[in-house]
Amino acid sequence: MESLLAFLVDGLLLGFVYGVAAMGMTLIWGVMNVINLSHNVLIAFSMFGVYLLFNNMGVNPYLAIILIAVMGLLLGIVIYVIALHRVIEAPQLSTLLATFSVSMIMTGIGTATWSTSPHNIEFSLGSLSLGAITLQGTRVVAALAAIATTAALYLFLYRTRPGRYVRAVANNRAAAEMVGVPSNQILALSFGLGAMLAAISGGLIATFFPFNVLSGMNYQLKSFVIGVLGGLGNPIGALVGGLILGTIEGLIPRFMETSWVPVFEFGLFVVIIIFRPSGLFGAKQ
Amino acid sequence: MKNWQKHLGLLIPLLVIVGIVVGVRLTDKPATREMFFTVLKAIALASSLNIILGYTGYVSFAHIVFFGIGGYVGFYFMSVHGWSLWLAMLMGGLAAGVLAFLLGRAILHLRGAYFALATIGVNAAVQAFITNFKPFGGPIGMTLNFKIYQQYGGAAQALEMSFYVLAALTLGVVVLSYAIRMSKFGLGLLAIREDEDAAEVMGVIAPNAKTWAYVFSAIFPGIIGTLFFFKNGNIEPHDAFPLASSIEMIVMVMLGGQGTVLGPILGATVYQRMRGSLLTSTIFKNIQLSVAGALLLLIVLFVPAGAIGWLRYRFPVLRRVLQ
Repeated sequence: MESLLAFLVDGLLLGFVYGVAAMGMTLIWGVMNVINLSHNVLIAFSMFGVYLLFNNMGVNPYLAIILIAVMGLLLGIVIYVIALHRVIEAPQLSTLLATFSVSMIMTGIGTATWSTSPHNIEFSLGSLSLGAITLQGTRVVAALAAIATTAALYLFLYRTRPGRYVRAVANNRAAAEMVGVPSNQILALSFGLGAMLAAISGGLIATFFPFNVLSGMNYQLKSFVIGVLGGLGNPIGALVGGLILGTIEGLIPRFMETSWVPVFEFGLFVVIIIFRPSGLFGAKQ
Repeated sequence: MKNWQKHLGLLIPLLVIVGIVVGVRLTDKPATREMFFTVLKAIALASSLNIILGYTGYVSFAHIVFFGIGGYVGFYFMSVHGWSLWLAMLMGGLAAGVLAFLLGRAILHLRGAYFALATIGVNAAVQAFITNFKPFGGPIGMTLNFKIYQQYGGAAQALEMSFYVLAALTLGVVVLSYAIRMSKFGLGLLAIREDEDAAEVMGVIAPNAKTWAYVFSAIFPGIIGTLFFFKNGNIEPHDAFPLASSIEMIVMVMLGGQGTVLGPILGATVYQRMRGSLLTSTIFKNIQLSVAGALLLLIVLFVPAGAIGWLRYRFPVLRRVLQ
């Protein structure tokens, strides 16, 4: 029973971190109706960014994540300007394929640079004991950082002028333009923010899991599952979706082989998308 | 107009495939034959995908699932029950068709990005399921007993035969693709692509049309899956459901021109040849994925209609020949 609780708490901690990546996915969807298929490389590249900063320059991993987050924001804006802006009004096939081609290009570069062998950040914060439960320090900090990121995103969206612009464009782009919102800049900013959230999540995951160039794909799929669970376009839903996924991931290995986890995750995903495509808590707020 | 002139558009696709077969026959080298085996497989898969992607306008990121499931089902009957290749291919195609029918009923009511997302989930779920499914060998997969090739005159003959069987199947796909495009059913699909609601108002029964388009696009990949893994001799979850191949099929269709009969044939041939030369060159070997990605991005941004679509748009005279 106690070990069950330990698995559950561990899963929930992971769920917060997955939730951040999903928030980025769902923010981009909410603002511009684009499914970002380059989320995987943004996650993978930020893992390697943190790895390089920590291993080669000895930067503290959490400081490194902040630096990487800024780079993620800039990279996201660049991706939007080069690959997406031209097709933002085109049918969905175009935006899906445009973001996918970015993923292919960066995966190719990443594979050529780092090969596909696993990497690992040798960093530990010890462990935290709460009664019978022992938790890894890095995971606790990651979950706290994820919560802080969510809070910061909400402050930005609801308390600042650019944040209000983002919400206005998400609500109705044409109307926002009419009242003078610079919608092109806001779209680029939103994509950058989504990329930044992916980068933060990737960096946090890298502090406790080994990774390679292709790992991002796995977390991107999780982001889809979470995003659909919580309702596409609904960032708070994404965090809750992350917790649900974390629970599944924590509990299933207790009852059957770990290899069944993806069967349940994607089975659940397909079921939700068929019967409740707006997610458990409704789409866009 | 004479009757045969109406079907001028089928001429070039047929000539390409017959040309490949005759060329291989004349050179008579196993290496050339193997190379064109992959080209024909790519043509058949891309042309199949085109029925749902190009004609109907639904992006399926999971088309390789039909290839994989057909391969697994056919392989199961060959290796466990000792069925002949022909019956196994029939079962493979049937399995893929049934899966497409069920999936189509379930997810084709989703529009746009939701459908695309669902197919990504389907691809991952099916692969994860097969990896855990013990009758199909789980993560290790299955292997064919070498003796099975004797009824086809030995392994070398079986390999050679596979090529001609594939050529016949590819011809079948192309004729099917052309027939759909020329039919009233195909017209309904094109209408769905342009505006699904308007199509329904005009009397197209969209749910049925979409489901049948999905089934038609799944059957041949299933049959080819059985043939491919018969030739391969073993099957593993990793080989049967490569997500990357689903995407490569999309690149091929987009490259040649979605929604045309000739486009996927051209796209598949060019892409396979390009990939082959990139893989063997020292500079591009490691970043061939980047090159393919850059190519896809350029097409999406600047020539969304693909090569054939662009030619048809620029030179209306060619429209009768380039279908």
